Amino acid sequence: MTDHDHSRTFQPDHPEPRSEAALIGLALRELLIEGGVYTAEEEQAMIASMQGAAPENGAKIVARAWTDSAFRQRLLDNAAETIKELGFDLSPLEFTVMENTDTVHNVIVCTLCSCYPRTLLGMSPAWYKSKNYRARVVREPRAVLAEFGVELPQQVEVRVHDSTAELRYMVLPQRPSGTDGLSEPDLAALVTRDSLIGTQRDLRGKVP
Amino acid sequence: MNVPRFIVGQRVRIADRTPPVHHRVPSYAKGKVGIIERVCGMHGQPERFVPGDGKPFKQLYRVRIPQTDLWRGYKGVPGDKLEIEIFDHWLEPAE
Repeated sequence: MTDHDHSRTFQPDHPEPRSEAALIGLALRELLIEGGVYTAEEEQAMIASMQGAAPENGAKIVARAWTDSAFRQRLLDNAAETIKELGFDLSPLEFTVMENTDTVHNVIVCTLCSCYPRTLLGMSPAWYKSKNYRARVVREPRAVLAEFGVELPQQVEVRVHDSTAELRYMVLPQRPSGTDGLSEPDLAALVTRDSLIGTQRDLRGKVP
Repeated sequence: MNVPRFIVGQRVRIADRTPPVHHRVPSYAKGKVGIIERVCGMHGQPERFVPGDGKPFKQLYRVRIPQTDLWRGYKGVPGDKLEIEIFDHWLEPAE
């Protein structure tokens, strides 16, 4: 325990930790590795995988669902298995996709903390983690959505999904009109991060 | 063995209790009635992860609750819903 070698367990470009919390974090990480709970290589692989995560991954899944109705159905039935067809894997978490329709709008929250499909979509936005969003979107979803610019007519039902346990959610937004001739990559480019959380509904904005 | 106790569409009541350990049922849902939206498989109990490994695993469900049943004076549309993940040991059949 006396011969600590930070280079073995620690990213070389990180500055030395300054705060007590950061030191405790570093010490815990080293103890977990020294105790054989996981290896330094596994940690590096996890960091690399998280760095590859971005909303574009979700956009690819959405574009495939828009162009392939059998894929879309498989995605809604069992998203965790179906996204493996595109090379994505969130196991052991249960990945789940909720589809927006003309009469349903879905929005995702984690009231207890800030669960988010981070290994697929990357870091969640700051507002997603805020107490304001987490407390209000369950209680007054229409008011919160209006603040994001989503004005829902009365005939559209809101479904708020509180991510309280093992599932991680993504919204399948509706394909905007006027996109019939677009390729799958061009369709993916229309999809925004917020539309995957449900705080945006209309994706016509970037249609060429 | 692990046949789910509840089926999709069944009415269930979420327990109104607050054990002095980490648990994953927010206060606003305690005591509320909803229907099973889907069955989500066997998962570790949040209450048993701090002292152990979450075992024995329990069935997890998604429960759909009308927003008007959750919030007094809910300002929305009567059809609005909230869906939440609840473990088997927090659920009882409801009328």
